[in-house]
Amino acid sequence: MNFTKGVIALGLACMTSMASAADTLTIYSYRQAFLIDPILTDFTKETGIEVNVVFSKNGIAERIAREGRLSPVDLVLTSDFSRLMELADKDLVTPVQSEVLEVNIPQSMRSPSGEWFALTQRVRNIYSSKERLGPLDITYEDLADPKYKGKICTRSGKHPYNIALVASMIAHHGEAETKTWLNGFKANLARKPQGNDRAQVQAVKEGLCDIAIGNSYYLGKMLQDPNQVAWAEAVNINFPNQSNRGAHINISGMALAKHAPHKDNAIKLMEYLSGDAAQQSYAQINMEYPVKVDVAPSELVASWGEFKADALPIFKLAEYHQAAVKLLDEVKFDL
Amino acid sequence: MILGFARRWSLISYLIAVILTLPLLAIIVQAAVPGEAIFAHLLDTVLPTYIFNTLALMLCVCIGAVVLALPAAWCIARCDFPGRQLFQWALLLPLAMPAYVVAYVYTDLLDYAGPIQRGIRAVFGWQSPQDYYFPDVRTLMGAAVMLALVLFPYIYLLARTAFMEQSSSLQHAARVMGCSPWQSFWRLSLPMARPALAVGASLVAMETAADFATVSYFSVPTLTTAVYDTWLGYGSLSAAAKLSAIMLLVIFCMIGSERFARRKQKLFQKQAELNERDRYPLSAPKAWLATFYCAGLLLLAFLLPFGVLVSYAWQYFEVSWNHEFLQYSINSLYIALLVALLTAVIAIVLMFVRRCSPRRSDLLPSRLASTGYALPGTVLAIGILVPLTYMDFTINDIYAYFDRQGPGLVLSGSIFALIFAFSIRFVAIAIGSVESSYKRISPTLDMASITMGLRPNALLRKVHLPLLRKGIFAGVLLVFIECMKELPAALLLRPVGFENLATYVFQFVSDEQLEHGALAAIVIVLVGFIPLIYLNRSLEHNT
Repeated sequence: MNFTKGVIALGLACMTSMASAADTLTIYSYRQAFLIDPILTDFTKETGIEVNVVFSKNGIAERIAREGRLSPVDLVLTSDFSRLMELADKDLVTPVQSEVLEVNIPQSMRSPSGEWFALTQRVRNIYSSKERLGPLDITYEDLADPKYKGKICTRSGKHPYNIALVASMIAHHGEAETKTWLNGFKANLARKPQGNDRAQVQAVKEGLCDIAIGNSYYLGKMLQDPNQVAWAEAVNINFPNQSNRGAHINISGMALAKHAPHKDNAIKLMEYLSGDAAQQSYAQINMEYPVKVDVAPSELVASWGEFKADALPIFKLAEYHQAAVKLLDEVKFDL
Repeated sequence: MILGFARRWSLISYLIAVILTLPLLAIIVQAAVPGEAIFAHLLDTVLPTYIFNTLALMLCVCIGAVVLALPAAWCIARCDFPGRQLFQWALLLPLAMPAYVVAYVYTDLLDYAGPIQRGIRAVFGWQSPQDYYFPDVRTLMGAAVMLALVLFPYIYLLARTAFMEQSSSLQHAARVMGCSPWQSFWRLSLPMARPALAVGASLVAMETAADFATVSYFSVPTLTTAVYDTWLGYGSLSAAAKLSAIMLLVIFCMIGSERFARRKQKLFQKQAELNERDRYPLSAPKAWLATFYCAGLLLLAFLLPFGVLVSYAWQYFEVSWNHEFLQYSINSLYIALLVALLTAVIAIVLMFVRRCSPRRSDLLPSRLASTGYALPGTVLAIGILVPLTYMDFTINDIYAYFDRQGPGLVLSGSIFALIFAFSIRFVAIAIGSVESSYKRISPTLDMASITMGLRPNALLRKVHLPLLRKGIFAGVLLVFIECMKELPAALLLRPVGFENLATYVFQFVSDEQLEHGALAAIVIVLVGFIPLIYLNRSLEHNT
């Protein structure tokens, strides 16, 4: 009967499955594909391994957990530390023992058991308006100072970059004090948290606010973009807390998936990403601070000067992640 | 013969209905998983705000849409003025615009850095935001206005039809009894159109509740965004399912009241069988006012945002016309076409069974299958992933039992999930369309055919399908456009490395560079035109 056949044919057309060839590799990435594409192209040229990248802003850990042992993912790339810890906490990663990784990545920048590895470092900077404030010797604590009332712009408090910053505040000051600080910070905002880090710098340029919170590499990226260079030129980059504990550092990193179908290929890529060529690309193209000690940051990034980094071990931030999210909800930071 | 046949086919229709209601059951089961600390925490902190925002948004959008639509619907249905013919269909065009695109364009125009505020600052010499007041677009009210601008055509369409169907002898009677035109509008026409307005408003409210992109772009937290954040941010499926259950409760209450309103409507329509369509010719100043109003509405809701899109696409054509754009267009068209055909087949099967079956209970499958329309995309995604993942594991376990390499995530990790979701969400449209066509086929035709020895399958093929052709086609078109626009379900269910136009455009919107995605947005809008024009044509023929 034609009708029944048609129904079956339609059903079959829906069932397209994915083949998994031997010389491939699947990456789930929290970082946008175009940021890592040049590096991956070089990797494919060198090794012949094809790399599929799936970019998603959130939900990767949830996805891998749900896919379980059937998951096609080999390697996860994250743009911040909390995502790495989330993967490790949910038992979605597998430890890697590799001499190359251990030589390339300093001990403080990887988990002792090899569950995750940092690839780049970035500072959570405080940008100030050149015209109205000039360079500042400022601390994160100052963000709650009433003298900045109505002058500060930031993205959503719930963004991982800001959550990590709040977690570091809890680590240094405890929950109660951090809550008071968050309330003061919120009272100083020029507008409801919105947009990305670049949009905050744009808002400074437009005169909507005088201070913006943003990661270091965005300034470099904006200076390269003809549409955004004017925004970047309107601000000074300040490394916070230089007079005491140092600036808050976050990392981007990678972890091998627990059920990775192509483990060997994935480890090859991990080693490649920690090597000189890839680290230099990260420094030159993405304006980040490389983790490999003997690779220098780009000239532009170096021109922002040396700075003192917060000595708090990165994995400490993970302990306060949940507490930070709850505090942000409690003070209704984004509402 | 037809009885035995009906029993076999009604089994199939029940099976289809059960498969299509699977997500709903999955959500209820998930929500019943005993309490988690996260849900209690949400309840203590932000949930009241989310619920308030959702309700306030729905109310504001409904009021806004009624206020925008009512004058236009009335003038076009009952009066004559320059441009009436044009506005009659042109005012449907905003339906083709995705709300988040309109929101983006207006944010660009009205933001502090936008041309309007810059202009104001230049004229008055103001320096900073402290110097003057300007309403912020990225607020709850802003989102309400944006949604009202794209959703008002639902109310306009229904209200216009209702006004057209009202007998003018009633108006004449009212005027003879000494009512002024205004009085006859407020006391007669409006109350009679109330059920149509209620249906339209509940459609608008449902679309508002399902909206994800606009509120997420404006950072107005609602239940839809809360479901998304709780699931992906906190990683708690059960808390997300609880939120979904709350949302479904709100929506089903609304549908209940809509059904109630529609029951009354039947009564009204029977009164209005007489229909001489004589329109008031409006005198000069009033006529120009009507034209001005409709033109202004069309400009704000459609021409302006579409014009901005076209200018973006023009400037960035080199960047946007690339391999990805073509691939994603093909993906979108492919999925939309597949789902449109699939839902048409399901609708035909369900409605054919209902037609042939002597039992009243065979109404149930089509009713059940239609509930999917009420599920917002984010909620639906949760409801789909849970059972599909479970089935995937079962399939792979069976393979493993026979010592074979399993096929992996064939259901939850492929476009199957997407097609399943879209079919559930939009099959109601196909069913409604086929249903209304069936109503126009006289049952005596069936009887005659069977008396002449036609078997049921032949009855469907030789008699029903040719007569249903138009209804099926309309259903396919409407499902097609909805599939092109649907965002949240696609965002959550798309397989590894798969994008379609909607997810592609939304990515640019959330990265604040729609300029690069304008071309893709234009394709979505243009594809949306076709069914709208068709819809309007068929409505005109009916009235």
